[in-house]
Amino acid sequence: MSVPRFWRELDTRYNLIGSYCKITKTYHYPRRSFNPEAGRESIGSMEDYQFKGSGEIVSSTVVHQAQTGYEMFGPYCMAIIELDEGPRITTQIVDCDPEIVKPGMKVKSVFRKLGEDSESGILHYGTKFIVIEYNEVEESEENIPDIEV
Amino acid sequence: MNGIVSYGAYVPSHKIETGEIASVWGADGSAWAKNLNVYSKSVPGPDEDVITISVEATRQAMKRANLNGDFIGAIYTGSESHPYAVKPTSTIVAEAIGATPNLTAADFEFACKAGTAAIQTCLGMVGDKQIDNGIAIGVDTSQGAPGDALEYSASAGGGALIIGSKKVIAQINHTTSYTTDTPDFWRREGQKYPRHGGRFTGKPAFFKHVVSCGMMMMQKAGTEAKDYDYVVTHQPNGKFPIRAAKTLGFTNEQFETGLLTPRIGNTYSGAVFLGLAAILDIAKPGDRILAVAYGSGAGSDAFDITVTDEIAKMDRSETVENLISRMKIINYATYAKYRGKLNMGASK
Repeated sequence: MSVPRFWRELDTRYNLIGSYCKITKTYHYPRRSFNPEAGRESIGSMEDYQFKGSGEIVSSTVVHQAQTGYEMFGPYCMAIIELDEGPRITTQIVDCDPEIVKPGMKVKSVFRKLGEDSESGILHYGTKFIVIEYNEVEESEENIPDIEV
Repeated sequence: MNGIVSYGAYVPSHKIETGEIASVWGADGSAWAKNLNVYSKSVPGPDEDVITISVEATRQAMKRANLNGDFIGAIYTGSESHPYAVKPTSTIVAEAIGATPNLTAADFEFACKAGTAAIQTCLGMVGDKQIDNGIAIGVDTSQGAPGDALEYSASAGGGALIIGSKKVIAQINHTTSYTTDTPDFWRREGQKYPRHGGRFTGKPAFFKHVVSCGMMMMQKAGTEAKDYDYVVTHQPNGKFPIRAAKTLGFTNEQFETGLLTPRIGNTYSGAVFLGLAAILDIAKPGDRILAVAYGSGAGSDAFDITVTDEIAKMDRSETVENLISRMKIINYATYAKYRGKLNMGASK
């Protein structure tokens, strides 16, 4: 990613700055200049909004074949989370065993390194999420796989 | 009345035990742990560095004080492991707390006491009414070379103090410093790991500076060890700070709250900040604290602090103890992976 492009999106990545539509009273992330649901009426009615950084897991997966730059995490958890204000975002869930992440778990944002251009290039920082409330998922009998003996 | 308006702390959520490191090098883990009084040390994740830890600690301090970035006039970050050689950590912290652009910022380096030099700078600017509030940060993610004695203690973590004149939770009554040219520990430009003078880091370096500075501070304040409820000093291992505190006349009850190195290792620039944060987590109005930092090269900064009634109004539910209790043990292989000690070959 070019240095200017990352720089332009600093507040979106660092501080979860998105938009609030005064017409439909809905929140959007990342920042939008207009709301497709409200059409041209929303132009001029979108204001910057800093998300609280709390939400819950909607869906998650464990990545075993790490993307370039993420080898040191492997395996790691990627998840779709829903922020308390409504928008859904895709993010890495850090600081926990990736296998325990389940839908409904509460998460909060943390400031982390996202990557780097190269060993001598610019460092990219931004937001990832950690689980703050573990809802123990009880294994019901139906969920326990049969073991052939 | 100038002093600490708020404080924040951060320790990574991974740790490695001394015995695990010793087993890799065929050393006696129990002996190393006992000799250093360090039983485990924190390990930053692959996506954690001085910048991320500084932001987390500073955000906690801002949240506790219910302040926004508009009230911050200066940010100074002290560290010996800034991710960039040229480009400040402090500007990224400023952006991440919404304090840009109306502030001054710079990074400090003085081995393990760069953060306390930042406190003194903020105190001077607040005292001169150039700014309302300044943030002093002390954070490190330092490393010891594999197999070196430092590998058993060098860890990661740190804290942030908001220094100001209004709603002060802990008044800084006095500060003083003791500085000499003592080459006990250094890292040359471009080198990955620091080097040290072995036993030379003790008596002529750490003890001479910490004890002299602590005595000078009490002389300046007109106090004795018994006048303080808590003392915290720099803690490169778990033994040096105990011996220094006892030499200055302090007891176990006074130094045990701020002594974290036995459980989280040596956080370098972060050590006094974290020890002080652990004390402020439980301090009551009227408590008096002596803090003495030490940085190799070498110098000490001391602070005579009195906790005010304001601290009783502050939300102190997020504590250093909470951060430590959530830490999970990792093995040496994971530690080597997280700390970039693996050679990934030319393609990486």
